[in-house]
Amino acid sequence: MSDITTQVDDTIDTIEELTRGAFDLNWNRVLRFGNLLGLALVFIALSGMPVGLDEREIVDGVISLGYLALLTFPPILGWTVGKEIVLEGMSATKRGARDVVAGAFVGALGGLWMSILVLLVDNFNLRDPLVNWSPALLTLMTFSRSTGFGLVSWIILPGVLGAAGASLHLLTPRLRRAVMAMVLTVISVSIFQSLIDDLVGGIGESIADPGRLSEFFGEGDTPRPRVDSVFDGLIDFIYAQRGGLTVAGAIALALVAGALSLAGRGRIAKAKASYNAKTGPERTRQTAIMIAVSTVLLIVLPFFTGRITQDLLANVGIFLLLALGLNIVVGLAGILDLGYVAFFAVGSYSIAILTVTDPPKSWPDWLPTLDGQFGWLLALLITVVIAGVVGLFIGAPVIRMRGDYLAIVTLGFGEIIRILLLSDWLGGYFNAAQGITNIPGADFGPLGEAKGINPRSIFYLVLVFAAISIYVSWRLEHSRLGRAWMAVREDESVAEAMGINTVNVKLMAFVVGAVLASFAGAVVSAKVGSVFPTSFLILVSIIILVVVIVGGMGNILGVLAGSFVLIGVLGGPRQPGLLAEFSEYKLLIYGALLVWMMLQRPEGLIPNVRRSRELHQDEFLQDAWLKGEVDPDDDHEGPATEVAPA
Amino acid sequence: MSERILDIQNLSVTFGGLHALKDLNFHVDEGEIVGVIGPNGAGKTTFFNMISGMVTPTSGDILFEGQSLIGLDPNEVTRRGIARTFQNVRLFANMTIAENVMVSQHCRSKAGIWSTLFNTAAFRKEEREIREHAEKVLGFFGTRLIGYRLEQPASVLSYANRRRLEIARAMATKPRLLLLDEPVAGMNPMESAELTDLIGKLRSEWGFTIVMIEHDMNVVRDVSDRVVCLDHGETLAQGSFEEVSSNPEVIEAYLGRPLEKKA
Amino acid sequence: MTTAVRTRGSQRTGIDWFLTFIRVVLLSVVVFGLFAFVWQQFDNQNPLASRINPDATGLTADQFKGLLVTGLSQGAMYGLIALGYSMVYGVLGFINFAHGEVFMLGAFSGFITSTQLDAAGWWEDYFLASVFFSVVVAILVSTTAAVVMEKVAYRPLRGSPRLIPLITSIGVSFFIQNAVIVLFGPGAKSYPRLPEWLTDRYSILTFEIEGTKILVLVAAAVSMGSLWFFVERTKTGKAMRAVAEDREIAALMGIDVNKTIVTTFAVGGAMAGVAGILWGLLFKSVIATTGFLPGIKAFTAAVVGGVGNLGGAMAGGVSLGSAEALAPLVLLEPLGVNGVSQLRDAVAFTLLVLVLLIKPTGLFGEKLSGDDRA
Repeated sequence: MSDITTQVDDTIDTIEELTRGAFDLNWNRVLRFGNLLGLALVFIALSGMPVGLDEREIVDGVISLGYLALLTFPPILGWTVGKEIVLEGMSATKRGARDVVAGAFVGALGGLWMSILVLLVDNFNLRDPLVNWSPALLTLMTFSRSTGFGLVSWIILPGVLGAAGASLHLLTPRLRRAVMAMVLTVISVSIFQSLIDDLVGGIGESIADPGRLSEFFGEGDTPRPRVDSVFDGLIDFIYAQRGGLTVAGAIALALVAGALSLAGRGRIAKAKASYNAKTGPERTRQTAIMIAVSTVLLIVLPFFTGRITQDLLANVGIFLLLALGLNIVVGLAGILDLGYVAFFAVGSYSIAILTVTDPPKSWPDWLPTLDGQFGWLLALLITVVIAGVVGLFIGAPVIRMRGDYLAIVTLGFGEIIRILLLSDWLGGYFNAAQGITNIPGADFGPLGEAKGINPRSIFYLVLVFAAISIYVSWRLEHSRLGRAWMAVREDESVAEAMGINTVNVKLMAFVVGAVLASFAGAVVSAKVGSVFPTSFLILVSIIILVVVIVGGMGNILGVLAGSFVLIGVLGGPRQPGLLAEFSEYKLLIYGALLVWMMLQRPEGLIPNVRRSRELHQDEFLQDAWLKGEVDPDDDHEGPATEVAPA
Repeated sequence: MSERILDIQNLSVTFGGLHALKDLNFHVDEGEIVGVIGPNGAGKTTFFNMISGMVTPTSGDILFEGQSLIGLDPNEVTRRGIARTFQNVRLFANMTIAENVMVSQHCRSKAGIWSTLFNTAAFRKEEREIREHAEKVLGFFGTRLIGYRLEQPASVLSYANRRRLEIARAMATKPRLLLLDEPVAGMNPMESAELTDLIGKLRSEWGFTIVMIEHDMNVVRDVSDRVVCLDHGETLAQGSFEEVSSNPEVIEAYLGRPLEKKA
Repeated sequence: MTTAVRTRGSQRTGIDWFLTFIRVVLLSVVVFGLFAFVWQQFDNQNPLASRINPDATGLTADQFKGLLVTGLSQGAMYGLIALGYSMVYGVLGFINFAHGEVFMLGAFSGFITSTQLDAAGWWEDYFLASVFFSVVVAILVSTTAAVVMEKVAYRPLRGSPRLIPLITSIGVSFFIQNAVIVLFGPGAKSYPRLPEWLTDRYSILTFEIEGTKILVLVAAAVSMGSLWFFVERTKTGKAMRAVAEDREIAALMGIDVNKTIVTTFAVGGAMAGVAGILWGLLFKSVIATTGFLPGIKAFTAAVVGGVGNLGGAMAGGVSLGSAEALAPLVLLEPLGVNGVSQLRDAVAFTLLVLVLLIKPTGLFGEKLSGDDRA
């Protein structure tokens, strides 16, 4: 009997504990986040994203990508408002109803802005400057019902979502991970639909009809006839007819993901830790195994996929090549080169001119006539040399300038090269705006030819070059030259005083970067079969920079992740990604991502340990001190508060 | 013993009409430890910057082992065999401790792009030697900078250890002349006594000739063969520690404070 | 700091030779081009001209003056934008890459106000009042944009390595550009018609100048004058100069550094706003990417004049504008380059390289705080 009373008492205590001071909020913070949310929602609504993306379903009949663009923000900000930085060794504030209330308020306040927008759109016409101020927007915002319904639901729905986001604080980390896994799985399985459909379908077809695999080595230009895949049932269960997940599929996926996450219980983290803890030959062996497995997977992948996937991966690979090159220049040597696209252009044009059979119209007489007499490999070699020389020529004048001037001047050089390619003066050699067309594919003699109409061959071409570039980056990073680059990045004048010829070392970074970019140029020429000056806008340089920064500067894995996530999902400057509907908005998202990353996570998605320490030095030192990592043998000295010059 | 390793003749430098150094004559013999003292703003660090090539003198000459250093880039000066530390410790904070010391052997190694990419035997051998030399140099400071420390970023080190690492980094360039800019600044008496010992060993065990700027008169007295006092860019006095510290002009330059008290 | 005082002695490396070579080539293009131009002006059938540029006709005095005025008025706008770059660089030591976007926002808000006023019929009836109102709106929008930018994006990064805020500002610029595209559409927006007295040509000192260009020059001069008064004669201006000289010392002297930095951004934004509306009146149309090239060129102008030096920024802008307008026809055409008008932008960037190679501190000297003179 007494047992039950204590239990009841305990429960009451817990409830009291949880609800104590539920309204004792940091109102300033709530207001700030609420208004921020409102601003973001109104901006997104007016940007046309919700209407434009409404066609694409995430979960059929439940939520479309357009609504998702709006409704992801309330839970995120609801969560963030309750977030606090807790230094190790300090006690965190007790989580409770207060967090949920704060989240709800933030959501509701943000929603209020939307309600006001609903009213405004209903009553005024500002379509003149604001192109998305349309009846379609109103329909979307009122959920195709009455204005009143829209008004009310825009306060309630974000409020609930904000509270939901905030309530994640109340869960144990394990549960929180499970919830996150559920949400992310549902969203990403939906986003990756075409990829998964293609891949699973391909595997299923091959199982159903193994004979197809033998046709693999034939010409890939004719699509293979479709046979019934053994996984058709699964695909039909998950994906709805008109795109997006089915409701049942979404629930099933969420359950599976949640269950896996709970069962996994940080096994991935553990595996990672044990890998990191290993040293010497054992680690080398494990790394070798991982590399071998992923290589084999990548090599057999095209057996099962259609051209959409191969094309997508080829685009990712091309930007990976560019990003790896820029990573050496920016990430390792710390030189912000904004005209990086120039080397891409040089690579594309060189190989185009060297391999094309009918030379540009006004090709001058005094230059050797070109009729494609070079083989592709020889042309590639010459291209690499040309790119290296251009790297030297662009690098030399700027190498002694201070970093920010260098950025602008290289940007200028990037523009100059494009202007010259377009101009009547020099452009004649390159067909100016008409560009060079009919570029033959990459001919490897007996091994076959890689060209655009056969996406599988291009996929392998990209794979080979990506492997070379990753190898080059990896070798150089851990060498005498790589160390010198890092030293220059850290403190140029000290590097100079320690006997490093900084000018030579920086030039070397320029040249290596240029060569890697010229690989990308060569691959693109072979893939697309034509080059135009308009493919080499400054925009391309900036997108590559975003890929490097979002992935993690100075880190090969980071660059890989950045290319896959950004180019794969959002797409390159011209190349569509998985979310082709986003094409209008992707530059906007790139810009926002760049700013957000620099402010919140300058070390990128996959941080380079060292780099992240530089960028969060103060926090790191505090942490290290609290953990006692700072010099146990010098404990008489107090914390190392002095921050070394970065 | 009295081979002149560094010979500075009539060295002057002016920054916009201001004489940072005026007609300085100075020499260091092979195997000597010379202490440079002087009040703040006396031009001591400018003097180091000039030897290491970071500042080009307006007039005068710097001879190192008989050859002029004027007009050489700092990296060339280091290659010739002069290494330095900095007053306000300037480590490569985000490189590991091992890397800090390995990178300063840059000018003593020659692996190029090709040998790196193809991982040639020569490359592996050189890399191993660089690593071994780095560990040997770091081992000079006891166990503080080796072992698990090797792979930690320099930014986690305490102030005293940063100073030690900076000296190690300079040692790794395999110099003949070592310029130490206030090596014990910010250290407590115990640590500075220990470092004073080590500075002596730098000469006896490693064979470096040393010029040291230092404010701590204990250190200067204990380790220097000869002391030079600079003030307003000019040599005020030079000679043994006792001679210089009892020189009335020197005492005046230090605002009349008797040096013995300070020590 | 040490690198700044390091001057190269007798030692010359390959790079030095290469740099000297570039300097010599660029300078000789200038000298030779000028020579060819002058010769061609006197005799367009001269041996040199008939060899390298047989179709040359030279420029008439009126053409030359026309180009000069175009260059000057465009340069005046570059100068106004450059002031923002220059002041921010002087105070914070970083390039606010997004400053071009502040200018674009000014031009864009000018478009919105003027078309709205036009729709209400006020633009024609009360033209001066409408223009004044548009200018005020443009200044407000640009100032707000600059201040918000500072607060949201740059303030949290103060004290981080130099390239970090630069990269951030590239992101800000990218974001604003594309935000304008998605909000207002990607097409070009036209300003309403200007009254005839403004588009007519007037003859001043034998120069035939369009009214809009006179307006641009006068407005630029007035803005520059008020800026000069603000910086040199007011207390806030003095605080700005003090912070530019040494931020820490200024803080110790009781100057509110944060407030001063915000003021700097605000003033720079206001100048860019004025430039934006002038741009709209001169070219009569604006698109979301309007800010990019003028932004980069204005930065070039700031470097040409010497970063941190306000008079220099204006002078740099005007020189860049005229160089850009004149150089293709005066230097390049006589050298036999065809299609020279396409090379305007290339000329501007080459000028940047030339100045940085020959006089990196700009024509009129830099004024930077201690740390930034690296």
